[in-house]
Amino acid sequence: MQNQRKIRVLIAKPGLDSHDRGAKIIARALRDAGMEVIYTGLKQTPEQIVETALQEDVDVIGLSILSGAHKTLFPMIMELLKQKGLTDVLVVAGGIIPEEDVPEMKKLGIKEIFGPGTRTDKIVQFVFENVPKRT
Amino acid sequence: MPKIQEIARGVLAGDRRSIARAITTIENNSPKAQELIASIFPHTGNAHIIGLTGPPGSGKSTLIDKIIREYRRKGKTVGVIAVDPTSPFTGGAFLGDRIRMQELSTDQGVFIRSMATRNYLGGIAKATKNAAKVLDAAGKDVVIVETVGAGQSEVEIIKVAQTIVVLFAPGLGDEIQAIKAGIMEIADIFVVNKADRANADKAVMDIQAMLQLNNKEKKWKPPVLKTAALTGEGVPQLIERIEEHRLFLEKKFERKRSREKAEAELVEAIKEKVASSIIEELKREGKLEEFLQKILEKKMDPASIAEKLLNRKFGKQV
Ligand SMILES: Nc1nc2c(ncn2[C@@H]2O[C@H](COP(=O)(O)OP(=O)(O)OP(=O)(O)O)[C@@H](O)[C@H]2O)c(=O)[nH]1
Ligand SMILES: [Mg+2]
Repeated sequence: MQNQRKIRVLIAKPGLDSHDRGAKIIARALRDAGMEVIYTGLKQTPEQIVETALQEDVDVIGLSILSGAHKTLFPMIMELLKQKGLTDVLVVAGGIIPEEDVPEMKKLGIKEIFGPGTRTDKIVQFVFENVPKRT
Repeated sequence: MPKIQEIARGVLAGDRRSIARAITTIENNSPKAQELIASIFPHTGNAHIIGLTGPPGSGKSTLIDKIIREYRRKGKTVGVIAVDPTSPFTGGAFLGDRIRMQELSTDQGVFIRSMATRNYLGGIAKATKNAAKVLDAAGKDVVIVETVGAGQSEVEIIKVAQTIVVLFAPGLGDEIQAIKAGIMEIADIFVVNKADRANADKAVMDIQAMLQLNNKEKKWKPPVLKTAALTGEGVPQLIERIEEHRLFLEKKFERKRSREKAEAELVEAIKEKVASSIIEELKREGKLEEFLQKILEKKMDPASIAEKLLNRKFGKQV
């Protein structure tokens, strides 16, 4: 029997941003790299994001945020992930996150923060290199 | 990753993480998938499995969102498997059906899973069928499978679902005329969605006209309904018809149909097992390319090769 494992990624937009161009560009780049990308649309609550990650059994969550609400939303998301036992999921973030907030975000367990203008191939490569191995 | 028996127990207890992991095991076609199916199989058969298919953009996911809400109002639990195509070029997929149902993602009586078609030997039907079994065994009353009606997969849905709903939207014009006979035959219920738009009635009439040519002597006459998925109009009526069809199956044809289905499933399983064991063997021996080359060069036809390989494996008597 052939094993057909694929990297599954959830691209989620927490907060009240009203456009998702960036998120969609990332989604497309990951898909073109051979991953299965679940996209859930705008204005997702932390509960929705974590429940979706659970049901879809994703390996990676990409959070995209422009509104500046990362300081309240990201800790909620990371806490919920812990509560649901989704501790082996790689979480990365992108969008507009001020430089001075980055250390705090990384301390929450967010592996990498990609600022505006990051090349998509860099993000793809990061995911390939850091996606948790499953047995 | 926990042991497969742990996952199976979790599924039977309705644990959401276990359900998710079980479906992953199935879609990865991992060697453990079979052990998993074997242990949950005795607990399946309680859910009503509904297939919903139709052209891209006809409103399938939006309609499923409303169907779930209606079932939830009636106190039923619902599982959804939303299938989207894998790109044949990159192997990746964009799974966007959930967008339309995302409000329901936190409802503990609902479980939604997106699946890509991948490039399974023998099609997507086996993986979706087994994923539906997981949701069935986990206690969901209703399981809805969304597939895009384009090509092979729409007819494959019959291997998965008990009640098949085929969706159209007005404005697709000649499309209705062009529908392959296959899909007309598998539909138990037709729905013209986007009834808020002009020409919905015309689409209904077109389908009815086609049906009159098609299934004169059928016991179940597929109804043609109208819905507006954005507002939910027509959805209660759709659910009524789905329920009617379920009762119809239970009453008269259940036995026959499930016998046929059991036979089809067995045939399918044998095909898959035999095919993959022979193909794997050829790969191990490094002979696969050699045989493929024979077909490409028209030196030998596939059926003769298959016979030769079968004889080799099982001896001449077969
Ligand atoms: N006017 C109108 N638009 C609708 C209706 N139902 C769905 N739509 C819109 O049609 C578009 C496609 O809806 P989806 O539910 O994603 O359609 P789908 O068939 O699941 O699409 P794919 O999964 O991509 O094949 C969306 O913009 C919906 O808002 C309806 O009843 N009326
Ligand atoms: Mg859809």
